[in-house]
Amino acid sequence: MGSVTVYGPPISPAVSRVLACLLEKDVVFNLVNIDMSKAQHKSPDFLKIQPFGQVPAFQDEHTTLFESRAICRYICDKYADRGNRSLLGRRGGGLVERAHVEQWLEAEGQSFNPPSSTLVFQLAFAPQMGLPQDPAAIVLNEGKLAKVLDVYERQLQESRFLAGDEFSLADLSHLPNSHYIRAGGKEELFTSRKHVARWWEEISMRPSWQKVVEMQRTPPA
Amino acid sequence: MGSVTVYGPPISTAVSRVLACLQEKDVDFKLVNVDMAKGQHKSPDYLKLQPFGQVPAFQDEHATLFESRAICRYICDKYANRGNQSLLGRSGGGPAERAQVEQWLEAESQSFNPPSSVLVFQLAFAPRMGLPQDPAAIELNQAKLARVLDVYERRLGESRFLAGDEFSLADLAHLPNAHHIFAARKDDMFASRKNVARWWEEISTRPSWKKVVDMYSAAPPA
Repeated sequence: MGSVTVYGPPISPAVSRVLACLLEKDVVFNLVNIDMSKAQHKSPDFLKIQPFGQVPAFQDEHTTLFESRAICRYICDKYADRGNRSLLGRRGGGLVERAHVEQWLEAEGQSFNPPSSTLVFQLAFAPQMGLPQDPAAIVLNEGKLAKVLDVYERQLQESRFLAGDEFSLADLSHLPNSHYIRAGGKEELFTSRKHVARWWEEISMRPSWQKVVEMQRTPPA
Repeated sequence: MGSVTVYGPPISTAVSRVLACLQEKDVDFKLVNVDMAKGQHKSPDYLKLQPFGQVPAFQDEHATLFESRAICRYICDKYANRGNQSLLGRSGGGPAERAQVEQWLEAESQSFNPPSSVLVFQLAFAPRMGLPQDPAAIELNQAKLARVLDVYERRLGESRFLAGDEFSLADLAHLPNAHHIFAARKDDMFASRKNVARWWEEISTRPSWKKVVDMYSAAPPA
């Protein structure tokens, strides 16, 4: 092993999404910090591996990838036999089971991610960066997120996790933003919904996610 | 065959993404219209298929799915041996080649789709619905889209299509939003970038995409 490298700060939600997946899959990796306050993510060298100048970037032997959800799918396919083997549907679950994971992973990317990312920036990063918060943006996006969580509440009454009875990449993908929203004082969005609360408790207590949270607390080398 | 059903109006960008994929894969399907002006997408029956009350919904035998990009991936996997067999990377290309398609499909989803969707609504749908346009939103999102197209311009100077030398699901996913922007004659930012213009010409003239565009002007199915 030792062929996998992730580039980016672990506090980045998208970087932490990839770290969570690597830890679930028991895949050893190097983490190379990117100092965004020094605009390292816009350096010519970094732009060669991530042309949008965003984090994370990822390398595995000769393969270079970007976009955290694409990287996660690759890790699950390439290392199919390691660690958690159900992240893209159980073995023998076939294409329909994978497709159920994919539709909730897309729901995360298309419906959950936009309002939750705005809240993460407003609640967690703006204060740290000394930037003013925008109360109107917070209210607007809380409202949007509440509607998404209402759908999740109904789904999670019928199944233990979003795509079925096994933890999958669809659930994992929600960990980074949800963590910051709760840490930023808006846990009520989750805790006021019985099944969402139960689901959050279960997915956030997974050892893989606990390790990521620990990495976020450790200053980069 | 005859087991595939798509629910939604063909003019919806997300619905037409799925239709383009089915056409590329030579997979027969039924199209069932959903009259959004009458709120059919929020009816209790429809919410059973699509809990967010959005289009499309999709059924294939006993499987029910939503989210156009997830549906497209399923179609490519399930019907791997039909039609275009390179949409998720060439056969034998392995996880690394599929991942190249996936990263550009995610780039479409995360970087291209948000600003282009606003422009599609503002330029194509708001006028149709008799709603006022928002010039500030148009300007803001044109600027965001321009930065994305700058990245595409560099990339398409290195490869014929986004993920490599074969047309893939990553390219296909861009067709619906870009089509409406072109149809509204606001395509300068595509036309002014040489490689993007070449790429657009090539992907938008594919027979599969022309069939989808023809469906826009046909009367909606009963």
